[in-house]
Amino acid sequence: MSSTPPTAAPQLPFATARMSWRRIRESILHSPASVLGTVLVVWLILMAAPALLNWLLLKASFTAPDARTCREASGACWSFIREKYRLILFGTYPFDQQWRPLLATLLLIGSIVVTGVQRLRGRGLIVWWALALATVAWLMWGGLFGLTFVENVRWGGLPLTLMLSVFGIAFAFPFGVCLALGRRSRMPAIKAICVGYIEFIRGVPLISLLFMSSVMLPLFLPEGFSIDKLLRAQIAIIMFAAAYIAEIVRGGLQSIPKGQYEGADSIGLSYWQQMRKVIVPQALKVVIPPLVSTFIALFKDTSLVVIIGIFDLTQSAKAALADPAWSGFGVEAYLFIGLIYFAFCYCISKYSSTLERSLAREQQASPGR
Amino acid sequence: MSNRGLLVPAVEGHSVTAIGVGLAIAVGAIFLVALLQRVRFRQTGHARPLWPWAIGLGIALPLAGWLLAGQDVRLDLPRASGFSFEGGWSLSPELFALLAGLITYTAAFIAEIVRAGIQAIGQGQWEAAQSLGLRRGKVLRLVIVPQALRVIVPPLTSQYLNLIKHSSLAVAIGYPDLVSVVNTTLNQTGQAIEGILIIMGAFMTVSLLISLLMNWYNKRIALVER
Repeated sequence: MSSTPPTAAPQLPFATARMSWRRIRESILHSPASVLGTVLVVWLILMAAPALLNWLLLKASFTAPDARTCREASGACWSFIREKYRLILFGTYPFDQQWRPLLATLLLIGSIVVTGVQRLRGRGLIVWWALALATVAWLMWGGLFGLTFVENVRWGGLPLTLMLSVFGIAFAFPFGVCLALGRRSRMPAIKAICVGYIEFIRGVPLISLLFMSSVMLPLFLPEGFSIDKLLRAQIAIIMFAAAYIAEIVRGGLQSIPKGQYEGADSIGLSYWQQMRKVIVPQALKVVIPPLVSTFIALFKDTSLVVIIGIFDLTQSAKAALADPAWSGFGVEAYLFIGLIYFAFCYCISKYSSTLERSLAREQQASPGR
Repeated sequence: MSNRGLLVPAVEGHSVTAIGVGLAIAVGAIFLVALLQRVRFRQTGHARPLWPWAIGLGIALPLAGWLLAGQDVRLDLPRASGFSFEGGWSLSPELFALLAGLITYTAAFIAEIVRAGIQAIGQGQWEAAQSLGLRRGKVLRLVIVPQALRVIVPPLTSQYLNLIKHSSLAVAIGYPDLVSVVNTTLNQTGQAIEGILIIMGAFMTVSLLISLLMNWYNKRIALVER
């Protein structure tokens, strides 16, 4: 935002045709390089779009009753999705109880949206989250107040992906900030522990962490004592994400000039008060883009839990493809879950740019820095 | 480029090693010239451009190698034969797909990291640099990016490490990488812990080396304040 010169066109609520032509000219035609880029992109679109549209929509079959009629259509077979969407979305959850994970998913998404709205923050939000989490737990597990008990090995699909990522991010974030502060501390023991943890976790793939937590951990535990598989996967994801968040926050902390620390010291704030009220908010504001990248990547990395036998969205799509009656529609299945992943990731990304814009506006309103 | 992979013409002949040696010496010489230029700049404040030296050395030394070694260089073009191609130098389609996918994917994340770094620099720096008459490219290179590097380098390290670990996703397109081979070994011999330790050892070695390098670089570009 600080690098583009202010445009001359005033932002009127209604845009006349000439004004939008000017905006087009300024955005994609303002230099020879951008004209070339525009021409290339338009050419690419013209080459690819007709075939894509043909396959996706025009020649696709939406209403074929079985696999054979569907295969005869030369386009995509969307009746495969119509047949299998409940398996893909909810995994192996009992078929007649699938309204429960649906409600739980909607409640979780609703709570996240509510948390994103600035004006609703405060004590009430904490109460809301406590109630929402309790309701989600009741819906998914059951066993009380008339709902049948469904153990968590049968959970799967979208609710599972959502839960793994939401709790992963929620717990990894404060943990990561503490690790970043610990890495920058002057106490040698704390610094050594934090550095060792971050470098070790960053150095190994998430797959091997998950594998370690599911195969090696039971070997070291006493007989008969076992930790729930889903919990193990969740802890592995939290530990993994915390290391990455720590490094990103460390980058932000490095950019804070020493004057901020000195100013906070001069008004008598303790270390934790300094960090909480002065330093960390500024550091976090600076690193919103890479943080959001990490959250998006974490959302997609939850698909690696397949290695320990947990049925997330990607795995349930594979399971849907394993049906011999409806085989060969891999592209449709992966496009479907790709669309779901893209919807979530795009919303996260859009929210982050709204957040950046509102923070930049706050900064312009109160000049400082 | 086809579904047999990416095929490029290959250079063959007796002079190829001489040209390679010439190129390597040229690269070393260019580094040396750059170092000397920097010393000269520190002492006198004048900077002569480096690119004439780079182009000159980069063309002259390999050319010398070619001339001295008998001028024997042929281009081996790939030709269609049967169901495939022969000749030339080929990158298998799986490897090429892996490269293209990894590069595109990581580039998007690195773009966001660099954007965060550049946006972290206050407007005052841009205005001051432009008031000196510098144009946008020079402002970025000389003023903004050196300061932005403090924000960029730690997450960038994470992305580089991610790139190395994502190479294990090659198994999804049928390219047997380290994780896939160890998995097969694990399945056949049943030595799960040793297999996982091998994977972790290999990744950790490479990752720690890269971390060390980037942390050293991070310390170098750190802001030294009073």
